[in-house]
Amino acid sequence: MNSALVPEAPTGNSEPDQRRPTDWTTGASRRRTRRRYAAERRFRLMGLAAVWLSVGFLAFLLMSMLWQGASGFVETRITLPIALQLDITPDRVVVRGADLALAGAGIEGAVDAAATAAYGAGGAELLSDGAWLHVRDAVEADPTLLNRRAMIDVSAAADIDVAAKGEGTPAAEAQVAKLAAAGALSRGFNLKFLTDADSTDSTRVGIWGAFKGSLMTMIVTLALAFPVGVFAALYLEEYAPKNRWTDLIEVSINNLAAVPSIIFGLLGLAVFLGTFHLPRSAPLVGGLTLALMTMPVIVIAGRNAIKGVPPSIRDAALAVGASPVQVVFHHVLPLALPGILTGTIIGMARALGETAPLLMIGMRAFIAAPPDRITDPATVLPVQIFLWSDEVNRGFVEKTSAAIIVLLLFLLAMNGFAIYLRNRFETRW
Amino acid sequence: MTTPKITARNVSVYYGATRAIDDVSIDVTQDEVVAFIGPSGCGKSTFLRTLNRMNDTVPSARVEGEIYLDGEDIYAPSMDVVQLRARVGMVFQKPNPFPKSIYENVAYGPRIHGLTHAKGELDDIVEGSLRRAGLWDEVKDRLTDSGTALSGGQQQRLCIARAIAVDPEVILMDEPCSALDPIATAKIEELIHELKGRYAIVIVTHNMQQAARVSQRTAFFHLGHLVEFGATSDIFTNPRAERTKDYITGRYG
Repeated sequence: MNSALVPEAPTGNSEPDQRRPTDWTTGASRRRTRRRYAAERRFRLMGLAAVWLSVGFLAFLLMSMLWQGASGFVETRITLPIALQLDITPDRVVVRGADLALAGAGIEGAVDAAATAAYGAGGAELLSDGAWLHVRDAVEADPTLLNRRAMIDVSAAADIDVAAKGEGTPAAEAQVAKLAAAGALSRGFNLKFLTDADSTDSTRVGIWGAFKGSLMTMIVTLALAFPVGVFAALYLEEYAPKNRWTDLIEVSINNLAAVPSIIFGLLGLAVFLGTFHLPRSAPLVGGLTLALMTMPVIVIAGRNAIKGVPPSIRDAALAVGASPVQVVFHHVLPLALPGILTGTIIGMARALGETAPLLMIGMRAFIAAPPDRITDPATVLPVQIFLWSDEVNRGFVEKTSAAIIVLLLFLLAMNGFAIYLRNRFETRW
Repeated sequence: MTTPKITARNVSVYYGATRAIDDVSIDVTQDEVVAFIGPSGCGKSTFLRTLNRMNDTVPSARVEGEIYLDGEDIYAPSMDVVQLRARVGMVFQKPNPFPKSIYENVAYGPRIHGLTHAKGELDDIVEGSLRRAGLWDEVKDRLTDSGTALSGGQQQRLCIARAIAVDPEVILMDEPCSALDPIATAKIEELIHELKGRYAIVIVTHNMQQAARVSQRTAFFHLGHLVEFGATSDIFTNPRAERTKDYITGRYG
């Protein structure tokens, strides 16, 4: 509207020829209606089918894991009649520390001897390598056992344990039948599975070492990836000029999020171990490597969350005289926080399940003690699962499933925490 | 007439290569309400936003010419934009309270500028601002409720309270009533009457009756040009330019 400022007024009232009112009751019209309803129904059914299919898969996964893994938390025990004839007195147990005194007194040999006495030649083979630990714990709890004959429940060997759960070899099954007939078999919750680290004997393995390793690795990852990711997202959204360089950075970050994780593992191997000579197999290096992987996910989620903050809020804050930094930290960041946190937890959950890059930096080593510091050698849950699934011994099958249950519970806890945080910080408009 | 509060001289605004405002000069004095009218896209909001440098947030925007606030060039490098915006407050088209409590909405400005030193002082500022915005009686019992839970008209008055809480010299209003119903609009107009004199007010509006009701002087913008600027009564009863006449008689817009 430059020269003709005034639009043409409608000229005359030459209405187009009178239309008759639409007839909505014709056959064609009814058919259209029917087809519309059918399309609606089809769409609803397809959606419902998709939901049920995914729920079905999830239920199948959880059920099969629980079914196979539940027995991993249970151990078979054999009742061992034992009369410890050791060269120590009850007060020494208390004073000098039970571990040292009892192990030094040859308790392992005494247990083997008792097994042979009770169940004949080869009796010692029925017991787990860790059976003497049960005896030690029992003595620690009740030093009077040193001086009398007692019945102590100890862990069965791996093949006996497997056979008792119905999966063993014929020979082992026969021994189980014999033991059961003698009333020597019992079952109990395998507490050591939750408190011990890896072992070569499937009856002695525990998940605590890998769990602690995972926890430490996640803490390192979070401590690095979260601040770096959030500040990068804030800078890119709020400060960076829109030019070719920022476009390039955006594309690079998106690409980084899609790089296969094994490549991050190689990068970690070359840079953190090769160049900086950080300790191998350590949660520190694992965390650094996974932080590289998680950071782009946080940047992308963070930028989307920051974009979602209405511009009117920025205007409002600027108009009362807030500086750009005050706008970001008083208004934009708090409003974007639920989205940033959700993205962070999703990135962390992915990092928690990551195996390949950690294999590259040596976290697949056999580690029999839980790490105390982030520079100690450690392994993590998914790598532990990978290692156990590779074992020949049948006893590791259920342990693998049990470890998967622990990993899934860890994930569930993290996601639950994410939902809690989101609801806690969510702003109602 | 007293010395002008705001003086704009030969102001042009560009968005990239497009010229949105072409050579506009205007004065606003301390004790008046000036209305900017004009059809959509004529640049009146753009011009309003140059007065407290809100256009700085648009990367492609460029301002030529001079704008003085009390004789100080607001585009001079020595001008602190944060202080400028504290002195020249703004109310937007869509009510935009912070998603915080009513109290926090009003207290935010004084707090970041360090205008108070004691909690009681801040309470007084909040109460005073809400009273002047005509909102106190409606919200005094629920100051901790979210500002976004108020009705549209109340939200806009909360935004006005937020703007006056930092004690500005000028208040810019960008179509403050266009999202409100007639009753809420009447309340805002009444409020503008009450605020007049204490603050210089510049209001952009689409509603010519509103311009006639609240302002002493009116500027008519068209296609980035200032077509006519004069006493409101003259503009509406005796426009000099043909284009002004066409617009106010509703022939386009």
